[in-house]
Amino acid sequence: MKIVIIKYNAGNIRSVDNALKRLGVEASITSDFEEISSADKVIFPGVGEAANTMNYLKENKLNELIVCLKQPVLGICLGLQLMCKHSEEGDTTCLGIFDELVKQFDPSLVTERIKVPHMGWNQISNLKSGIFDSSMEDEFVYFVHSYYASMGAHTIATTNYLLPFSAGLHRDNFYATQFHPEKSGSIGSRILENFLKI
Amino acid sequence: MLAKRIIPCLDIRDGQTVKGVNFENIQNVGDPVELGSLYAEQGADELVFLDITASHEKRKTFISLVKRIALHINIPFTVGGGVSELADADSLLAAGADKLSINSAAVRNPDLISQIALNFGRQFVVVAIDAKFDNDKWIVYLNGGRIATDKDLFSWAKEAENRGAGEILFTSMNHDGVKTGFANEALAVLSESLNIPVIASGGAGRMEHFVDVFTQGKADAALAASIFHFKEIAIPDLKSYLRQNNIAVR
Repeated sequence: MKIVIIKYNAGNIRSVDNALKRLGVEASITSDFEEISSADKVIFPGVGEAANTMNYLKENKLNELIVCLKQPVLGICLGLQLMCKHSEEGDTTCLGIFDELVKQFDPSLVTERIKVPHMGWNQISNLKSGIFDSSMEDEFVYFVHSYYASMGAHTIATTNYLLPFSAGLHRDNFYATQFHPEKSGSIGSRILENFLKI
Repeated sequence: MLAKRIIPCLDIRDGQTVKGVNFENIQNVGDPVELGSLYAEQGADELVFLDITASHEKRKTFISLVKRIALHINIPFTVGGGVSELADADSLLAAGADKLSINSAAVRNPDLISQIALNFGRQFVVVAIDAKFDNDKWIVYLNGGRIATDKDLFSWAKEAENRGAGEILFTSMNHDGVKTGFANEALAVLSESLNIPVIASGGAGRMEHFVDVFTQGKADAALAASIFHFKEIAIPDLKSYLRQNNIAVR
């Protein structure tokens, strides 16, 4: 099985590669069109700022490539946000794979004291789709983000922070998690394994 | 529910984990990757690795250790010690660190906080502050507690937040190694005045200290070293104790 991690100007791509190595799986980190198109599985990770990253993807035509992929694709963190329709971060038009919109956490919406970024371990619930299994309901996974994808038709996992948001999205061959499976202990490893089995 | 985090801290000297009391009397307590993996398996939420050698020639030893940690450990980890410029941040990020802790260098050059945040995101920047309560004031110290500054803990923490810090790691030098509980009053003031998470450090001795630091101290995370290294408190026991006391933990 050929696994590709899309290489672009986002941080911490290496940690996904390390997580795959711990599963005994070798991946190639590349921005080569041919290699990405011919892979069995594609991972689109990322930590960074939406507008800059989207610009980079467009300059390198990676945006056109990603939306046309037919094999299973897993977006992680910023990857999930860029797969949505629009992000409030830099008022950015994103890839539009999911209709959901990306908004900024607004602490002024609630009276309790709430910190942004949403950082640390939080629970995932109402799990659907193949990358999760029923034993993961209400388990804790690791998040770091200041923007979130709204709830919608493609939501396959829900997390509550200030309000319920999409911790996971799925449409056709596209999967995405807002949290970092590569940093989420044994639960995260199982989610990655489930993705590799699709 | 966002969980309160328990963070074991490993001080690294010449590639080995060490622990001292009040920044003195340092003893060797084992291999960092082995110890870190054990803590991760036991339910630690994050790990911190601080390079206390930080001499220039040993820098490469630490970078290769960070690579080993990144490969073997499946939870987030912060590294720190001896970071003085953007290039240090870059090489630690490339080695696989999730977060970077900066302390003295941030006080000497506050612009470093903004530079790292702009280049790598604010989630990457943990500003560590060592402070001592003296004459009714919390004074910020540098170089592992050896040099006093004219900075006040609360205003410096706020400035760090404004400059792009993603978290504040506050160590009370009065409480560190003494095992009589965390600096809860100061922590509560700090946590209430900031919009970013606060990690409490210094003073953990018994399990009830962790309940207090999350309730009275309003901390988002608590860091400890010796009680974990010397097996005085096991992380699974601590987690179930916190759960019984209605603290949200993983």
